[in-house]
Amino acid sequence: MRKTFIETIINLAETDKNIYLLTGDLGFSIFKGFAEKFPKRFINCGIAEQNMMGVAAGLAIEGKKPYVYSIAPFVTMRCFEQIRNDICYQNLNVKIIGMGAGFSYGADDFTHYAIEDLSILKSLPNLMLLSPADLIETKELVLQSYSKKQPTYIRLDKSGKMMHNGRSKIIIGKPFVFKDGKNAVLITTGTCLEIGISVAKKLESEGFSLKIISMHTIKPIDEKLLVKETQGQKIVFTLEEHSVAGGLGSSVAEILLENHIKNITFEKLGVPDDHKNIIGKQSYLKKHYGIDEAIVYRKIFNAIKTNEK
Amino acid sequence: MNKKINYQKIATEVRREILKMHFFSQESHIGSALSCADILTVLYFKILSVNPQKPCAENRDRFILSKSHAVSALYATMALKGFFPKNILKTYCKDKSNLPGHATRGTVPGIEVSTGSLGHGLSMGAGIALAGKKDNKKYRVFVLISDGECDEGSNWEAALFASHHKLDNLTVIIDYNKLQALGRTNEVLNLEPFKQKWEVFGWRVREIDGHNFDEIEKALRPVSFQKDSPSVIISHTVKGKGISFMEDKLEWHYKSPNKEEYDIALKELNALDKK
Repeated sequence: MRKTFIETIINLAETDKNIYLLTGDLGFSIFKGFAEKFPKRFINCGIAEQNMMGVAAGLAIEGKKPYVYSIAPFVTMRCFEQIRNDICYQNLNVKIIGMGAGFSYGADDFTHYAIEDLSILKSLPNLMLLSPADLIETKELVLQSYSKKQPTYIRLDKSGKMMHNGRSKIIIGKPFVFKDGKNAVLITTGTCLEIGISVAKKLESEGFSLKIISMHTIKPIDEKLLVKETQGQKIVFTLEEHSVAGGLGSSVAEILLENHIKNITFEKLGVPDDHKNIIGKQSYLKKHYGIDEAIVYRKIFNAIKTNEK
Repeated sequence: MNKKINYQKIATEVRREILKMHFFSQESHIGSALSCADILTVLYFKILSVNPQKPCAENRDRFILSKSHAVSALYATMALKGFFPKNILKTYCKDKSNLPGHATRGTVPGIEVSTGSLGHGLSMGAGIALAGKKDNKKYRVFVLISDGECDEGSNWEAALFASHHKLDNLTVIIDYNKLQALGRTNEVLNLEPFKQKWEVFGWRVREIDGHNFDEIEKALRPVSFQKDSPSVIISHTVKGKGISFMEDKLEWHYKSPNKEEYDIALKELNALDKK
């Protein structure tokens, strides 16, 4: 995903001299192209995220368009107050690129996880939150957010898969209905879409159809679309590689409740709000925390079966 | 052009407005505001290239009040300079006011950035200075920070950044009154040797008496002190300066004057006019 991100930014920077790339001394090798082409606009701020975010705000005040990059927890939590005061409350055009969604840096352990970033950032005014599923969503969201002059957080996964085909029309702010289905709805964000696709296939072989919605834009959330797509459904699941405390699932739950969507089975699937010292790679951790294909399938299948009774 | 400016007269007027704002609003931080009134007076009436009629002029000097709790001093100075009518000072911290208790961008003309949480202004100032350098613009950036604020690590990140990027268009002024929220700076978290700290971070340093107008002007006029280096002026000041019973008293970080105190203070300031 970050390769797609950087390629898109290089293209934009060719014509827009106000694009700056700031990094907290991370991104080995990937920024070489940008740094060589635009040496004056590539600033390694060192391992000093608070200052980096303040500098980005200062640049944006003067009309620059800074993209600020680091590993997700460092570029969100370490400098949260700078994001809040300097960027969001002043509504500045700063793009924050958080690398390593969820357990992308699994084996590096919890300091490198990004499993609370969305819930923390959701509370900030003016901040758009983007969480692409694949390379097509990444490219489209980076491109489309460029023309929106507002603070934006883009959450990138280490992986780089293609789930959409060229015909998918990705529009920022608009959840993408990946496929229709009548037995249950699964709302995913980020690369969890891939799990959704596999689960849907398995369910189909059992004679059930699953509607999948890719929530690449977490904030502002498209309430209207979610209401429309869940109305009349019996089962709604959300799936995220993120804590269940305050993430996508919480946003969807609020919308369902506030819109009087009644008589549904609803469950948030994500990382439990209960930290244990489990070490392992991304795939292992996802399995451990119940957000892998087998467990998601079983849960949705059971819900459909229970509902049939 | 070289007409001698009567700094004392202006600074006394600034202090009188500060006193009124804190008396009528009953808000805190009068001591912090009085501490930097002389510096702000020289900045706005001599040093900064700013035009109240064109507050967004491209090449204006940018001033950031990072010790934003002293914003009443800034409002008073800016009103006297003509950025906005003096009569709105009475709305300081009142409901629906444009003058909040910490500087906020977009409230009144001339406030460049929002500050309030300590340790933010210098990084933003460095970003603004960097943008100026990249675009070969002539403006300078001045950031006023407090001594206690230097406890914040973010300032030292910014200090490294500014010298690394040779931001000689950036000047920091430290209001060193040696009192922070709960005590003397050398008792809470010692900053000394303060000058050396800035020097080893790559800054050119001057130390002045922050209430001596000649010294303030002499220090600020030639900035930057050296090509390719950011400048810092450690300004030795007295918290509560100008009102005898508030001077160097920690409690005036919090208290606001009651009617009796207000009358005494006003009398003292009025007496200064007659000198």
